[in-house]
Amino acid sequence: MRICVLIKQLPDTGSALKIRADELWVDEDNLVFSANESDSYALEEALLMKEAQGGEVVVVSLGPERVGQVLKDALAKGADRAIHLHDPAWEVLDSLGLARIMAAVLKEEQCDLIFTGLQSDDTGDGQLGPMLAELLDMPHVTLVVETELSDGRIKVKQELEGGWFQYVTAQLPVLLTIQSGINKPRYASLRGIMAMKHKEIKAVGAGDLDLPADQWVAGRTLQRLYVPEKTKETVFLEGSPQEVGAALVDHLVNTAKVF
Amino acid sequence: MGKIIVLGQMEGSQVSRISLEALSGARQLAAATGHTVLAALFGPGDPPEQLAGADIAEIIRLPNAELADYSPDHYVAAAEALIAAEQPELLVTGHSYQIRDWLPRLAARLGRPLISDCIGVRDAGAGRWVRPVFQGKISADVQTSPGLVLVSFQSGTYRADELGSGSPTVRTVPVDLSAVESRLQREEKFQEAKGAVDLSRAERIVAVGRGIGEEENLQLAHDLAKALGAEVGSSRPVVDYGWLDHDRQVGSSGQTVSPKLYLALGISGAIQHQVGMKNAGCIVAINKDANAPIFEIADYGIVGDLFDYVPALIKALHAR
Ligand SMILES: Cc1cc2nc3c(=O)[nH]c(=O)nc-3n(C[C@H](O)[C@H](O)[C@H](O)COP(=O)(O)OP(=O)(O)OC[C@H]3O[C@@H](n4cnc5c(N)ncnc54)[C@H](O)[C@@H]3O)c2cc1C
Repeated sequence: MRICVLIKQLPDTGSALKIRADELWVDEDNLVFSANESDSYALEEALLMKEAQGGEVVVVSLGPERVGQVLKDALAKGADRAIHLHDPAWEVLDSLGLARIMAAVLKEEQCDLIFTGLQSDDTGDGQLGPMLAELLDMPHVTLVVETELSDGRIKVKQELEGGWFQYVTAQLPVLLTIQSGINKPRYASLRGIMAMKHKEIKAVGAGDLDLPADQWVAGRTLQRLYVPEKTKETVFLEGSPQEVGAALVDHLVNTAKVF
Repeated sequence: MGKIIVLGQMEGSQVSRISLEALSGARQLAAATGHTVLAALFGPGDPPEQLAGADIAEIIRLPNAELADYSPDHYVAAAEALIAAEQPELLVTGHSYQIRDWLPRLAARLGRPLISDCIGVRDAGAGRWVRPVFQGKISADVQTSPGLVLVSFQSGTYRADELGSGSPTVRTVPVDLSAVESRLQREEKFQEAKGAVDLSRAERIVAVGRGIGEEENLQLAHDLAKALGAEVGSSRPVVDYGWLDHDRQVGSSGQTVSPKLYLALGISGAIQHQVGMKNAGCIVAINKDANAPIFEIADYGIVGDLFDYVPALIKALHAR
């Protein structure tokens, strides 16, 4: 069994973000990067499945040089090999373009399962998983919070709105987008870190794929980033913690009347 | 002029609220572009009363039995056939979980761009859209190329009660889905057994987010809750980490609450959290990031470290 996991590297949650001078992305200098939150859960789910059922876990990421780090981290946690999609020409993609590139790579891999996070917390499109499933002509389930694999079939628990769930069953191959909280992502062990050094990270560039450049962007381009305009009047309380505490209690009792 | 098709998601015999919001967004797009608005409904069943007097040119029905229950394979095929028959300029929906599930698949099949989680329109004629990035901390203007564009609007972007008045005609579009194979088997929907707390009844809630840092620090939130006579709630990561039970999670996949007081500690205020609590009477946020989206909806804001302010607040409450 082969499980491919797509991982995106992005600024750590809690990073102070500054919009770049050209207003087309955030300033990446001085930022700490890590794996997208739901992607970490996706990787863990793949590793658990491999440990229970055998097979191979292949991790795939697209991005600049720095992305090598999330791939190394995944290999240290137990993934078997990695594919790093890297080409300066791929700096500007839209989600369908990205899905086409991933599809061109994963077609060769003949995966039984493909896992992605449910969305990346930078662009927040939430499109790659279902698009990739369409391009590879396999079924997909989004927002997966539980998996159970047996005899070439997988039964998953899908999260719906407002605390509702549904069990969905599919024949492999299938693509799942994983929701956070499905498991407890592990830390790499010292042994894992040593083993990582002998594992393969294959580099793939635009020249290695049979995909014309006009397929990289399907009709969507970013124009400008900005801090959202604030619409609500918020009363900001300032001063020492003692002053602010007393002022807030006064507001809650006398103005907002919450008791 | 062209057509805007709004896909109405059904909840039982009603069109969902977020679909009505999308319809109201489509009316504004139509006003700016001169396009006409059509509402499309999947599945048997009559068009609901909600749309009878709305300002829509036509209600299009796809009454196939295969569309009665949700199936991504069938929904994609039906929408593909609908688009081929009607040739719309825009396909507009609400950004619901179901739409998240199948609309990207449709976009890939059509090779057309999808603006998901759209929060506004910069220029309808030129195809310039606004959407949040970095969980709402930053907004982005996005340009689409000429041709069909798919858009899903974030909940709350437009008002569900601004449907205007008109008398739409109803038309059936026949589509043949007999060749479509469903590759997924779905069981009945269910909710988890109710836990010990019902946050929807709480008058006051102290909600903790990832900013609480460690499980041990939750005691501080419990102490504050005690001093306020409040229940403890949380954002998703705190539940994902196993620090609190799922029935304390507030947001789109957790509880929807409307207490008199909602005090958010170290919560950034992502949209999936906001939809669960934005109707609280008074919202107080303590966050060290002055640009955190939670301040967008807060009545009172404290920009600073919660570990400095919360102990002082507890003291002030005891002194009251
Ligand atoms: C389909 C879907 C469903 C989801 N459902 C839900 C849901 O039901 N509920 C939900 O909450 N989320 C949900 N999410 C997740 C949501 O998008 C956010 O990721 C989540 O709400 C973030 O939680 P947070 O604010 O606690 O963490 P973060 O976004 O990491 O924010 C932590 C905040 O704490 C502040 N902070 C850090 N340290 C301190 C300190 N010492 N003092 C003061 N402030 C500090 C930081 O400035 C930051 O703003 C869902 C996401 C998706 C895609």
